[in-house]
Amino acid sequence: MEMWFSDQHTDNVKLSIRVELQLFSAQSELQRIDVLQSKEFGKILVVDGDLFLTEMDEFIYHEMITHVPMAVHPRVDKVLVIGGGDGGVVRELIKYDTILQIDVVEVDPLLVEVCRKYFPQMACSLNDSRVQIYHEDGLRFVRSKEDEYDLIIIDSPNPFGPGEGLFTKEFYGNCFNALHKEGIMVNQNESPFYKEEAFFCQRMHKRIIESFPISRIYQAHIPSYPSGHWLFGFASKTYHPIDDMDAVQWKLKGIVTKYYLPRLHQGVFALPAYVEELVEDVE
Amino acid sequence: MKSQEKAPIYEALERFRMMRIVPFDVPGHKRGRGNPELVELLGKKCVGIDVNSMKPLDNLCHPISIIKEAEELAAEAFGACHAYLMVGGTTSAVQAMVLSCCKMGDKIILPRNVHRSVINAMVLCGANPIYVNPDVESSLGIALGMKVSQVEQAIIENPDAVAIFVNNPTYYGVCSDLRTIVNLAHKNGMKVLVDEAHGTHFYFGENLPLTAMAAGADMSAVSMHKSGGSLTQSSFLLIGPNMQEGHVRQIINLTQTTSGSYLLLSSLDISRRNLALRGKEEFEKVVVLGQYAREEINKIGGYYAFSKELINGNSIFDFDSTKLSIHTLEIGLAGIEVYDILRDEYDIQIEFGDIGNILAYLSIGDRKQELERLVSALAEVKRRYQKDKAGMLTQEYIAPKVIASPQEAFYAEKEPLPLCETAGRVCSEFVMCYPPGIPILAPGEEITKEILDYIVYAKEKGCSMTGPEDANIENLNVLKL
Repeated sequence: MEMWFSDQHTDNVKLSIRVELQLFSAQSELQRIDVLQSKEFGKILVVDGDLFLTEMDEFIYHEMITHVPMAVHPRVDKVLVIGGGDGGVVRELIKYDTILQIDVVEVDPLLVEVCRKYFPQMACSLNDSRVQIYHEDGLRFVRSKEDEYDLIIIDSPNPFGPGEGLFTKEFYGNCFNALHKEGIMVNQNESPFYKEEAFFCQRMHKRIIESFPISRIYQAHIPSYPSGHWLFGFASKTYHPIDDMDAVQWKLKGIVTKYYLPRLHQGVFALPAYVEELVEDVE
Repeated sequence: MKSQEKAPIYEALERFRMMRIVPFDVPGHKRGRGNPELVELLGKKCVGIDVNSMKPLDNLCHPISIIKEAEELAAEAFGACHAYLMVGGTTSAVQAMVLSCCKMGDKIILPRNVHRSVINAMVLCGANPIYVNPDVESSLGIALGMKVSQVEQAIIENPDAVAIFVNNPTYYGVCSDLRTIVNLAHKNGMKVLVDEAHGTHFYFGENLPLTAMAAGADMSAVSMHKSGGSLTQSSFLLIGPNMQEGHVRQIINLTQTTSGSYLLLSSLDISRRNLALRGKEEFEKVVVLGQYAREEINKIGGYYAFSKELINGNSIFDFDSTKLSIHTLEIGLAGIEVYDILRDEYDIQIEFGDIGNILAYLSIGDRKQELERLVSALAEVKRRYQKDKAGMLTQEYIAPKVIASPQEAFYAEKEPLPLCETAGRVCSEFVMCYPPGIPILAPGEEITKEILDYIVYAKEKGCSMTGPEDANIENLNVLKL
């Protein structure tokens, strides 16, 4: 029997992955969640029909959204992760002994439950004693916070799903307000390649530069995501993403990574010409 | 008892589509074939039912089959003696109410904060307005409902008036004591006409204010397209037992199109069915959402999202808790300024902003996630734009001085004058902020310095002003001396 899962990248482009088995399927109050077993990508988490992450390449996304700001900010005590119910970001964060508190705001409890069962290599991290999970709307959670966090990581998958509010100017402004005066905010910034996403990418960046004095884009290569070329946003009140990065200090921590390297850090902020143009258009 | 599960117009259109009738009638796009770009925009299904009146689809001007049945179903759903499907907006329903009850020279008692369509109807028929000045909630700067004592007074002073016109609820959600007003009016041989443009949901939800039909009013204009979910421009006109169905139909036909759109008609039919079957649960959700939003907004501080706590048994007899009205002056911003910032900076379009308040319209299509955005954006607006509130105007209502009837003033000899030179003259046109479309000046009213100050201030704050011939509102037409 042949079974294929197709992730719709645009109206006219699909990525199809051969599926061996469907492991799980359910509808939560907010979204439909599926887990598939595939040969090439291992287990795949699918949300509302869109590929959310795969066992094979999730490390790239999670390392890049976490270690880049962590290598810049010299003293992160308190972190807020918006989204991130899969535990991937938290897995990277708990590698740092110096972090005292990690608040995770995941709106959908079912997502956490499913990841605990099918993706323990990520979700086990959620058991760390420093982690507190809140099941509520991220926008609502951050609204009431002021001068509380050193780092906010926005790990929200889809600007057109229940997380739509996490791609808005009001949200970025609320995050600014929730950060200490040396705080950093990092977000996944979509892909610059396909037209519709590129437009969104630009809009997101524009909204962030309106809220933060320092705002730079960096990139990674994530094979299962549309076009494979993925962007992240680094927004900060004080620290510069390259000038304030301390490679020696980071290496001394002895953290093991598969994608992130201090040497790579400099490079990921060097954007291809067309992406630079896209970004400069709104700056 | 008819089955509210039926939707006769919708069903007839479905049958009609299957018949594949060859069109040698209007409209000329012939199911869209002649206008591919329109089909691209609206879709094949939509242009396919954009058809003309014909035997299987009845005729809006003289309904005898499916439209008649749809009207009967609607009447039953609304608890009315008859319901008319309207395709010219609630404006045409309001005009039909005034034209049905008033002739040249007749007096009609009404609050001054009516929609422009009411005064327009008086321009058409030559009725004379007797204004009951609404109380103003002075800290919020909003005009309230009609006090029974004021209505009583107006009746005593004008025993020859033919009708009383009531806004219920107002844009902000304020309701008057309809039942007592109806009793008073009927005792004195006057009809009661209700502008229920913002009260469709009262007929379907639970624990919401009293409806005009339940209160015994004679006519009511219900904007199905506002809280009821039908297409823009579709509306219902309802009548009680004292009105003649055929006469009102004739009045409607004076001004309504003879080519009623089946898109609008079917949307009324389907929406009526939806609300009759599911309205109770749907509006309960809206009430809960509204309450949640108010609590969150009031937590921010500075803003005041007001509701039932304002009820005073008189000028605020009841309050529509689905309305999300927010007072903004305490953060030093006019409502219209917050309205503009929300749209320009946060991609959030709300219903309107005036001098002291904004209104976010909640209805059956709303979800919590969008409300979270609105609340967060309001928190941001406060953080980034808060100012000292000194120098902010609050007064929203200025009692008019009526010199001539709207019709006399509208058709009289007039001359344009620069705004600043018009004080003391009689205006021959409307001036209003749109939305909400409640006139600051109406034809026949004396222009005062206070009114001019208000117009200049509202323009300065960015209110979109409409009404006068001069679109920039630098000149006003006044009656020749």
